[in-house]
Amino acid sequence: MKQKTIGNETRVNRWGYFFVLPFVIVYFAFQFYPTIYTLALAFTNSKGFTGLSGNYKFVGGVNFLRLVTDKYFWGAVENTFIMWGWNFIPQLGVALILSIWLSDSRLKLKGRGFFRAVIYMPNLLTTASVALLFRSLFGYPLGPVNQFLQSLGFFAEVTREDGSVVQEAFNFFRYVSASRGIVAFIQWWMWYGHTVIMLMAGITSINESLFESALVDGANSRQTTWYITLPLLRPMMLFILVTSMIGGMQMLDIPFLLTDMRGGPDFRIRTTIVYMYNMAFQGVNDYAYAAAICIGVFVIIFALALIIFFGMQDRSELKRARAAKLAGRIAK
Amino acid sequence: MKSYSTALNIKRLFIYILMIFLGLLAVLPIYLMLVNATRTNAQINEGISLMPGGNAMFNWKTLTNRQFQIQQGFFNSLFISLSTTILSVYFSAMTAYGLHVYKFKGRNFLWGLILLVMMIPPALGFIGFYQFVAQLRLLDSYIPIIIPSIAAAATVLFLRQYLSAILSFDLLDAARIDGAGEFRTFNTIILPIITPAIATQCIFTFVGSWNNFFTPFVLISSTKKYTLPMLVQMLRGDIYRTEYGAIYLGIAVSIVPIIIFYSVMSRYIISGLTMGSVKE
Repeated sequence: MKQKTIGNETRVNRWGYFFVLPFVIVYFAFQFYPTIYTLALAFTNSKGFTGLSGNYKFVGGVNFLRLVTDKYFWGAVENTFIMWGWNFIPQLGVALILSIWLSDSRLKLKGRGFFRAVIYMPNLLTTASVALLFRSLFGYPLGPVNQFLQSLGFFAEVTREDGSVVQEAFNFFRYVSASRGIVAFIQWWMWYGHTVIMLMAGITSINESLFESALVDGANSRQTTWYITLPLLRPMMLFILVTSMIGGMQMLDIPFLLTDMRGGPDFRIRTTIVYMYNMAFQGVNDYAYAAAICIGVFVIIFALALIIFFGMQDRSELKRARAAKLAGRIAK
Repeated sequence: MKSYSTALNIKRLFIYILMIFLGLLAVLPIYLMLVNATRTNAQINEGISLMPGGNAMFNWKTLTNRQFQIQQGFFNSLFISLSTTILSVYFSAMTAYGLHVYKFKGRNFLWGLILLVMMIPPALGFIGFYQFVAQLRLLDSYIPIIIPSIAAAATVLFLRQYLSAILSFDLLDAARIDGAGEFRTFNTIILPIITPAIATQCIFTFVGSWNNFFTPFVLISSTKKYTLPMLVQMLRGDIYRTEYGAIYLGIAVSIVPIIIFYSVMSRYIISGLTMGSVKE
């Protein structure tokens, strides 16, 4: 009798293969195989559309040697990192403050749900369209931002060839810092609402009795925030940091469409993936080198993720010290 | 005690002002887009206005006159997004169910693989993906855009978490005793009870697919098959250089459906965001 049940179970369990089969087939065809293919391609000198079915030679690490000495690649890495950083730091900062205020039971703010829904909204918009929209809003010479600045009396001072100085509209996309600032601003605009929602969920999941006992012990809201909310939000912040970093290092649509598809002005808003696109699909069609860029980006993301994890682990000492300090204060 | 509540009120006032500012900041670019989409070029050049004009029809004609098939693009995007959503969510639910219910060889390996895939940036294999598609002679076709979404690791992860929270094995045993086949159990019993999770995943998959610019941009070459974000991207070109109203209108066509959808579903979408990630 027992034997039969087990036999029946195995027969039923065999159905598992049928259920996961479509996933497995599609995964291996469209994700696993292309990844291996990319790895292999990066070690060849293959050019053009034929890839590994055409004429090519294995050239070892030549593409990677070129990659680590390519100042345009490192320039792109620098651009990506700067624009991500200028978006992420204000994003986490603003979202932290907002989420703490919005979940503060003492403040009892009205319209919280509506506000959260409004600031999250940009996150769902088509990134390509948002890039075009901001390109128009910051347009030269008659975009709305310029019109607004001029009505306040702000002009760009441009020196003409004959030495005379004239006032005219800002041509934002000719300045590196303005262009990078606009990219960072768009990213911030699209993502801080999302971060607020994630952080608020993190705060909700903190055990309510911790806040209550802190209140009983006479902690004010700054102390509660500093010693309870922030330390316990650390895992959520770590999660946000890692996902934002992985996404940010692959930033594409906005820097690609905001200016000339080559990361102008002067390639200074060109991210690594835009550079990969430029190499593979514009002009030279150097797929082997573009594959090396993909792998380079992956290695950078992987290294950064490791740094973040180990960097955060050391902080646990700090957290313990902080908890001890809090215990000391309460004892007083 | 009174000074304490005054301080609280001042803080509250300050926060309300900040909330209004940030709320306006989220809405203003979109509002300006809508207003400018209804104004003439002369009006747009004249200055900012918060009042809509009456030129929307003319802008629409300017936009669509120049071989710019935005209706076609709209339906292309709709077709791709709908098929992607249906296939992706259905097969992800199947995979999640298979992984959760059956104890077969390689189950743990596959689960580990799915967790690993979530960590790998999609950009890694992009060149290989493109060359593979080129060799299958599937460039300029929707197949390589739609079919790969069947293997959506994040959706599987989400649905499996949901399943493990609510599914009782007694229900399955009851269905089996009543003689329902395994697929029939899945389709007629499991799918209905995980509808909330499925709906959430449908929303996010649909929006993600609707907004996807890069994959179709690289793969599709014939104008008739362009998706909406690809068409919007064409507005950068020279033919629309001075037609500001038409440009704003074109951008609006891709954004407004999402905003309408969001304004109806926002509560659902926001709660769906954190459904899988945080245990509450």
